[in-house]
Amino acid sequence: MTALQKRERLAISRPTGGAAGKTGTWRVFRPVVDREKCNDCGLCATYCPDAVINDELEIDLNFCKGCGICANECPKKAIEMVREEK
Amino acid sequence: MINNDRSSIALSRSPIRSPSLQELDIIAEIPKEEYVLKCTSACAGCSDSLALRYVLKAAGPDTVLVVPACCTSVIQGIWPNTAFNIPVYNIAFGAAAACASGMSNAFRKAGKKTNVIVYAGDGGTLDIGIQAMSGAFERGTDFLYVCYDNEAYGNTGMQRSGATPLGAKTTTTPTGKTDFKKDIDAIIAAHDPPYQATAAAAYPQDLFKKVQKALTFRGPSFIHVLAPCPPGWRYSTEKTVEMGKLAVKSGMWVLYEREYGKVTIGAQSKVAMKKPIPLEDYLAPQGRFKGIDPKTVDILKQRIVKNLAKLAAEEAAP
Ligand code: SF4
Ligand code: SF4
Ligand code: SF4
Repeated sequence: MTALQKRERLAISRPTGGAAGKTGTWRVFRPVVDREKCNDCGLCATYCPDAVINDELEIDLNFCKGCGICANECPKKAIEMVREEK
Repeated sequence: MINNDRSSIALSRSPIRSPSLQELDIIAEIPKEEYVLKCTSACAGCSDSLALRYVLKAAGPDTVLVVPACCTSVIQGIWPNTAFNIPVYNIAFGAAAACASGMSNAFRKAGKKTNVIVYAGDGGTLDIGIQAMSGAFERGTDFLYVCYDNEAYGNTGMQRSGATPLGAKTTTTPTGKTDFKKDIDAIIAAHDPPYQATAAAAYPQDLFKKVQKALTFRGPSFIHVLAPCPPGWRYSTEKTVEMGKLAVKSGMWVLYEREYGKVTIGAQSKVAMKKPIPLEDYLAPQGRFKGIDPKTVDILKQRIVKNLAKLAAEEAAP
């Protein structure tokens, strides 16, 4: 048995996007950014616990859980939490 | 500003001079790299994942995380996949620091500088893991122990832990806890490690710098991170960062560092010492303090004053 095969027998998980499924389906409220008000400070991305806001300040709605921290911390009140249509 | 210039003390104890937080400011361009991939199964608004993002950004890719039973072992995702893009060793509740000790020794013997970081909850630190942790600190293990503290056993249903504050309701203290929060920082300080600090997920830049700094020391270091937890503390998810800031502003949580025994209180907590916000502002949004009796609030307030005075005296000591 090779070392690799031996290791395969251990319970090893490998890094994968979406390891816990598409967590965006959890969302009750969706963050909507008003680009007019936004001053690109980046605080929303800093505080997002799930790092779903990228450099361009685009929110990945496949994974955003809708916690609302970004909206709560935005100094310009540029993010509104809007109820998801079911 | 924080003054960390104690190089004379540092030099007499260690061959490595530690950089001050200001110096780190210059090199502390927080990397864009994310080691927590989209997405963990953490609850919406979780401080554990927020804090971990910055711990790993500070530590970088040459790091192994040792995780005892806690929310962090659960949120990684489902085998054979994990959301953590870094080697993680999941281990039994009481064994994290013992495992990290062996791992660190093996790395150093092999001439590797790999960071060994325990990332454990308050249950796995203050209660179940304390024996192994004390041993590792006593043996001078070269590692960083990060305790993210949500003040209860989060992933098993919010039972009381040694970290639960007086008066807080949990599933096992339905009328509010009748004991004080265990002072784990004082217990760690008694081991006289080169570096220990407190931090909060609500101040990620501060946490980032402290992790970077901790990893420059040879020997054991400890960072105690306040990690507000929406389902456990019963506040709505968007208030996670706000809650951490209120804890610091009310003096309920104090940000400080202890480097070779010398205490430096953080700028945010200095403000809270001069002009604290009313403790009620911190307690009111949290369901776990609902209906807390005013006498208990008074006791909490007295504890805050006492704790701040103690830290101020330690900071003033030569
Ligand atoms: S926090 Fe608000 S103002 Fe700052 S980048 Fe985000 S949306 Fe824009
Ligand atoms: S709602 Fe929460 S998860 Fe979604 S982008 Fe804002 S902070 Fe991130
Ligand atoms: S229970 Fe609390 S600490 Fe655990 S994953 Fe949920 S929010 Fe995070």
